[in-house]
Amino acid sequence: MSLLLLAAVSLLAACRKEEPIIPSTSTDVTAPDGSGGVIRGFFLLNEGNMGSNKATLDYFDYATGVYTKNIYAERNPGVVKELGDVGNDLQIYGRKLYAVINCSHFVEVMDARTARHITQISIPNCRYIVFKGRYAYVSSYAGPVQIDPNARLGYVAKVDTLTMQVVDTCTVGYQPEEMVIVGKKLYVANSGGYRVPNYDRTVSVIDLDTFKEVRKIDVAINLHRQELDRYGRIWVSSRGDYYDVPSRTYVIDSRTDEVTDTFNLLPNSEMTVCGDSLYVYSTEWSYPTQSNTISYAIVNVRTKKVVTRNFITDGTEQRIAVPYGIAVNPATREIFVTDAGNYVTPGKLYCFNPDGTKKWEVVTGDIPAHIAFTYNGLAPLQ
Amino acid sequence: MVFAFVSCLAPCLGPGAAAVFAQAPDSARLDRMQHIDSVVVVGTFRPEKVIPAQVLDGERLQRLGAHSVADAIRYFSGVQIKDYGGIGGLKTINVRGMGTQHVGVFYDGIQLGNAQNGQIDLGKYSLDNMAAVTLYNGQKSSGVQSAKDYASASAVYLRTRIPEFRDGKRCNLKLTLKGGSFGTVNPSVLYEQRLGERLSNSLNAEFLYTTGRYKFSYVKADGYDTTAVRQNGDVRALRIEEGLFGRIPDGSWRVKAYFYNSERGYPGAFVREEPGRFRHEDRQWDSNFFLQGSFFKAFGDRYKLSVHGKYACDYLHYLSDPRLDVTTMYVNNHYLQQEVYLSAAHELTLFKWWDVNLAADLQYNTLDADLVNFVHPSRLTSLTALATSFRFGRVTVQGSLLHTFVEDFAREQGAEAGAKNVFTPTLVAQYRPFRETDIALRAFYKRIFRMPTLNDLYYTFIGNKYLKPEYTTQYNLGAAYTKEWPEARFRRFEASLDAYYNEVEDKIIAMPTSNQFQWTMVNLGYVEIRGADAVVSCAMRFGKLGVDCRATYTWQKAQDFTDRTSTYYGGQIPYIPRHGGSAVLGLNFGDWSLDYSFIYTGERYESSANIPENHALAWYTSDLALSKSFRLRSSQLRATVEVNNLLNQQYEVVQCYPMPGTNVKLIISWTL
Repeated sequence: MSLLLLAAVSLLAACRKEEPIIPSTSTDVTAPDGSGGVIRGFFLLNEGNMGSNKATLDYFDYATGVYTKNIYAERNPGVVKELGDVGNDLQIYGRKLYAVINCSHFVEVMDARTARHITQISIPNCRYIVFKGRYAYVSSYAGPVQIDPNARLGYVAKVDTLTMQVVDTCTVGYQPEEMVIVGKKLYVANSGGYRVPNYDRTVSVIDLDTFKEVRKIDVAINLHRQELDRYGRIWVSSRGDYYDVPSRTYVIDSRTDEVTDTFNLLPNSEMTVCGDSLYVYSTEWSYPTQSNTISYAIVNVRTKKVVTRNFITDGTEQRIAVPYGIAVNPATREIFVTDAGNYVTPGKLYCFNPDGTKKWEVVTGDIPAHIAFTYNGLAPLQ
Repeated sequence: MVFAFVSCLAPCLGPGAAAVFAQAPDSARLDRMQHIDSVVVVGTFRPEKVIPAQVLDGERLQRLGAHSVADAIRYFSGVQIKDYGGIGGLKTINVRGMGTQHVGVFYDGIQLGNAQNGQIDLGKYSLDNMAAVTLYNGQKSSGVQSAKDYASASAVYLRTRIPEFRDGKRCNLKLTLKGGSFGTVNPSVLYEQRLGERLSNSLNAEFLYTTGRYKFSYVKADGYDTTAVRQNGDVRALRIEEGLFGRIPDGSWRVKAYFYNSERGYPGAFVREEPGRFRHEDRQWDSNFFLQGSFFKAFGDRYKLSVHGKYACDYLHYLSDPRLDVTTMYVNNHYLQQEVYLSAAHELTLFKWWDVNLAADLQYNTLDADLVNFVHPSRLTSLTALATSFRFGRVTVQGSLLHTFVEDFAREQGAEAGAKNVFTPTLVAQYRPFRETDIALRAFYKRIFRMPTLNDLYYTFIGNKYLKPEYTTQYNLGAAYTKEWPEARFRRFEASLDAYYNEVEDKIIAMPTSNQFQWTMVNLGYVEIRGADAVVSCAMRFGKLGVDCRATYTWQKAQDFTDRTSTYYGGQIPYIPRHGGSAVLGLNFGDWSLDYSFIYTGERYESSANIPENHALAWYTSDLALSKSFRLRSSQLRATVEVNNLLNQQYEVVQCYPMPGTNVKLIISWTL
């Protein structure tokens, strides 16, 4: 009898299927009018919830108006455990697409035409990536541990994009986040997010010739984002402390390396600059009230005046639970806003016309967050 | 054939106390002589059929090839185990889709508390000295019981062995050595001594070490195929239990001291990484101590008293050190929880057909931790239960009303949550339509809640003191049947089938705030669960060959109805399979026994978005154990070989936490 059972079980085991590579799914979202201008499309990196190994890559093609979800796995079936855990930044530089995979501790390097894996650059707790000339610069929380393991500085890694090797590192402040490069200076915003309540409050300035930190600019607590406008000014966001200190926006003049402006009433989760317009959304969490305050603003970077506090004009903002990413097509001025929803089910991407009316929306992967436009497009899967 | 005398009664100190007192007619069936084939079962009992209950006890429990209580509970219908893999991985259960915090876990009749996060790691509780594991849906319904017995949506009762002395022996000694895969060494000793006519003593100590290393594979059809070894899953644990058991006229008492100390590694989620580059070195140290006592006495035929008391102290140290693992953030936290608990329960038999139970419990919990801005909360809980039971011929009706009062205190004025004052009812009914045939039709309704845990309310940056309790409402309809043929080949047949509908309101869920590294707790979820549990078991004997089998099946539709605007409204909630089941087959032939255990968990999703990206394959494991007993003069030696996950199935219970493949265990036990 037990033999019989065993036989039955063996049979069962024999017919257990292998888990397939999850195929991409395509959705027609808009008319195939190729309205992107010189821009052929964009990649979108979904972060995926921490510990779930669910970072995924989507692609939108202007020529066909088709949004394709989850393209990495099927294009790279041999890459173990797909794209990895928590995608934190996405950039195109030259012919390559770089995805910073925070909790997988590497930068994934892909061919920007095919989204095929080329190599990976292992950098523990890596956060953001910028480029200048031959080099990529990656910020990382995982600096050297001094005597006090609680006071661990972060660093910026210098990566040679020809060899894809880390060639140098420069220790900066605590838990460094976004970077901008102005001339021969790299600015990195230090958050100190691991050191609550002793947040960092500085932007580190690195001389790219010597790759040494030359200055620290005192700005505000818990810095995160940076954007460079065409007047050489760096717009910096402070997340605040989620209790008493609100999120704010600051301006650093890169010629003097001094803070010139403070926008007390411009909470800032993320921003993107296009021409003279700085698009800013804010999802500001407050523990005392247990609520998010959401706003969508445009600031004129020349006049430094807030043009609007809600660039979404047709009421669509009511449907966005948690705005989590923003991008503006530089050719068409279409505005893209992502919605992370409840973070554990697929999010959404909204495309708005320049006047703030919704053009289309589409379901993405989990926690859609980072967009990179491409001038070359993505080759179809053979 | 062996006769085992059932000396214990469900009501009093948790089953097991050797008290004998007047029995109501319907429960008299509990203590009659029972025929149990092929295995020696001492002190076994069958719970009443009024409420759905499942028991694994005696040899049947020991022969499951299980490492811990958690492994054994997988054989119950309606239960899902969340298992992070390996001997050291966290193992929690949820019953009928309602969530871990809704399951009360009782150790020798007194609830194991965890005011901090409300979950009990059943992987830490050994089967070495376990006599029975019982699962009740709704609540235990057995007369004199504490208010806590009414206070959870479902309950697991772990009953440890009580000393039994045969043939005038004054002491028992049992030495066991287990070892096998994952570098596991697990010796234990049990010493029981008769201190007098009415007093005995039991000392049980167990040590466990395992490297926790095992190979696992991830294979994709037409894709990658990788094998790796689980690292940093080692466990070192020591458990010592000392118990005193006494009998008094018409009653009994017991005192138990429990100590557990462990160190374990946390292997973490298996996500994409540069292979072998980073070491994951997070570690946790636990020390748990409790001292508990119970007292039961019947005063005449009409009044019974049961008193319980407990002091518990739990210390936890968690370390994540970037000097050992460059990828990690420095975390070095210490938590100390303390609990004092007192309970008195009275049962009054007004008439032969009418009992009244009044129970009052008082509990005080504190939590200290070296977290930033921590409010050092403490909590006073008062539970009062009034229950009554009527028996009209073949109909039994039980009703209970539980009053819960909870008040929290915080070091900082105003940081504490508001006091809670709640009444919750339960109604249970049973009807036996036939006098001769043992069929019971049963139904229950129960509404109960779980308090937000101290972590839910006060954990720095995450806690939300405005949280409301999370309510569950259960409706159950079922039938149970038992038939015995004492002399026939087919000895015993038992079957039960229950259908249920549950609602979980104001479900407390973690929700990220403005970014995914900062979460908060909210009362957001609403879940409806429709399900059915079926259990069949039978025993047969063909000459010297005894056959024992048991099978369970669970069907569950557990839907998330939280957000009406969501595309995934009504999706099956994470990790709850539509179908699940288990089968156990035991064969005995003289000194030999062969056991086969099978578990099936159907396909499920890792998110309420039931899409291919979140799909998890069904898994099923087969375990086989062969054992033989030898007589050595007056002692007995028993050797067992177990092969678990016989077909080396590679699976995950929790996303990114791989489970072990085929593993073996050798057990030698020597009873003097």
